[in-house]
Amino acid sequence: MSWDTLLGRPLRVINIGLELFAQELEADGVTVVHVDWRPPAGGPNVAALLARLADDDLES
Amino acid sequence: MPVRAEVWRSFYQDSMVLMRLAAELREHPGVRQAAALMGTPANRQLLAAAGLAVAELQDAAPGDLMLAVDAETEGVVRAALEAARTFFDRRHREREATGRALPRTLESALRVLPDANLAVVSVPGAHATLEAMSALRRGLHVFLFSDNVALDEEVELKRFAASRGLLCMGPDCGTAYLGGVGLGFANTVPRGRVGCVAASGTGLQAVASHLATLGEGISQGVGVGGRDLSDPVGGAMTKLGLELLVADPDTRVIVLISKPPAPAVMAELETIIRAIAKPVVVCCLGAGPGAGAAGHRVATLEEAAAAAAALARGASWSARAFTDAAGVRARLARQAPDRRRRGRLLGLYTGGTLAHEARVLLEPLLGAIGSEAAAEAERIHRILDLGADEFTRGRPHPMIDPSERAARIREAGARPEVSVLLVDLVLGRAAHPDPARPLAAAVRDARAAAAQDARALAVVASVVGTERDPQGLSSQIAALEAAGVEVFPSNAQASRFAGLLVKPELEQAMLVGAR
Repeated sequence: MSWDTLLGRPLRVINIGLELFAQELEADGVTVVHVDWRPPAGGPNVAALLARLADDDLES
Repeated sequence: MPVRAEVWRSFYQDSMVLMRLAAELREHPGVRQAAALMGTPANRQLLAAAGLAVAELQDAAPGDLMLAVDAETEGVVRAALEAARTFFDRRHREREATGRALPRTLESALRVLPDANLAVVSVPGAHATLEAMSALRRGLHVFLFSDNVALDEEVELKRFAASRGLLCMGPDCGTAYLGGVGLGFANTVPRGRVGCVAASGTGLQAVASHLATLGEGISQGVGVGGRDLSDPVGGAMTKLGLELLVADPDTRVIVLISKPPAPAVMAELETIIRAIAKPVVVCCLGAGPGAGAAGHRVATLEEAAAAAAALARGASWSARAFTDAAGVRARLARQAPDRRRRGRLLGLYTGGTLAHEARVLLEPLLGAIGSEAAAEAERIHRILDLGADEFTRGRPHPMIDPSERAARIREAGARPEVSVLLVDLVLGRAAHPDPARPLAAAVRDARAAAAQDARALAVVASVVGTERDPQGLSSQIAALEAAGVEVFPSNAQASRFAGLLVKPELEQAMLVGAR
């Protein structure tokens, strides 16, 4: 198991959800990008289907 | 009494932002109730139950913001709704001032930060699996704070994460530390040489804070969520977390923190722990002494920290009921001069693992302890976890919003059968900015109500936190002590002292031989 992406490297964070967490990480000096997340139109199921299609693209 | 509501279409805001807004609106003189919630069916029901359902809200969608205000006059209602507009204008201006446009998806965020190594996910539970899985598929470790994620989805997420060698910390993971950085509800603790794997957020907070008091620190604190050690999940992330700590050169001692794992999972973990060359402290609260078990078994969170600190220093260590037995005798003399207090113990906790620890310690001493809020439970000792789902529906966690517990403390002051209140106070990032203040105020009221009735109400507490936390440990303790609260250095000691107050004959067993 390689832990290269975590051990001995600073955290670089993508924050999805509560903005407070991004603000607190920034205050700690952590590089963080906050995602302005909204619930997908059509609800989680449609979103899951779309994501699966997108991820298939990612892996092909 | 006018109740007015507005729906702001397609105006999603996260729950902490809405909580702050609702709190600001409630501060307006003349406002009786105010709510700011997204338009989910569950939230519409909540508003209806609170008497805030008006026609305007009926067709609100989950992406729409619902604002509802109940106030003494129309003028106050209008002013409160105007204040909501000002609140969001202010946020909008603050965001504009940073000059950064926020990405709307994980993919676009990765274009801004292509070498990201962690996703922190705290979206509502129904959407959490999707976001976490997207992050895992892109090679990111995940801290998954969201709760209300189905068990089978957790199994799928963790199976996938483990196959890629990625941490999926959660769902329902309250706290973690990676490379010295606290995530979620975290106390400010020094970096150090003790690594933790924890299926309990407040358990990790307590151990990390005790270690800080002992002059030690945390290398990594891998949170795994409370269900990781169940049969279906099989300890997937606990095992991976242990691998990380074995590989981490900064970790000298490992601590495992959880409730008792499923037996099959525990058997697997025992085999893994025996093969680890670093010392491993095992704190499975309520699992019993475990003769011949792997690792160094301890019974409390405080002992876990003490054992880890001693092992890191190559020193010896032994468990004690109280760190200051003479002090306990003095406190007993103060709180129960005639040793005849008796009555019922009521535990009102914000930390679930702390409530569990108190129960595990006290049930062998006091007999069965109830956990229901129901009034018919008044003839038995009770310990309530106010962070449990049944108490938090539609309201923030009691570590953030102290009002529910404060109300229950005041109510307890009027109950003749309750003689001892046992509470926790959890400091740290994301917690209430000054939780001792509302707790002390409620304690003063409850004790005054009891005194009017010629009764004495003892209040016993412990505080999880450090001096470097935003709230400051010693000032929070001082505020509680000024209200007459007996504050102990750990939840275990506070629980034992509360037990002594309701059952004085325990004194012999607990204090004899103690120095």
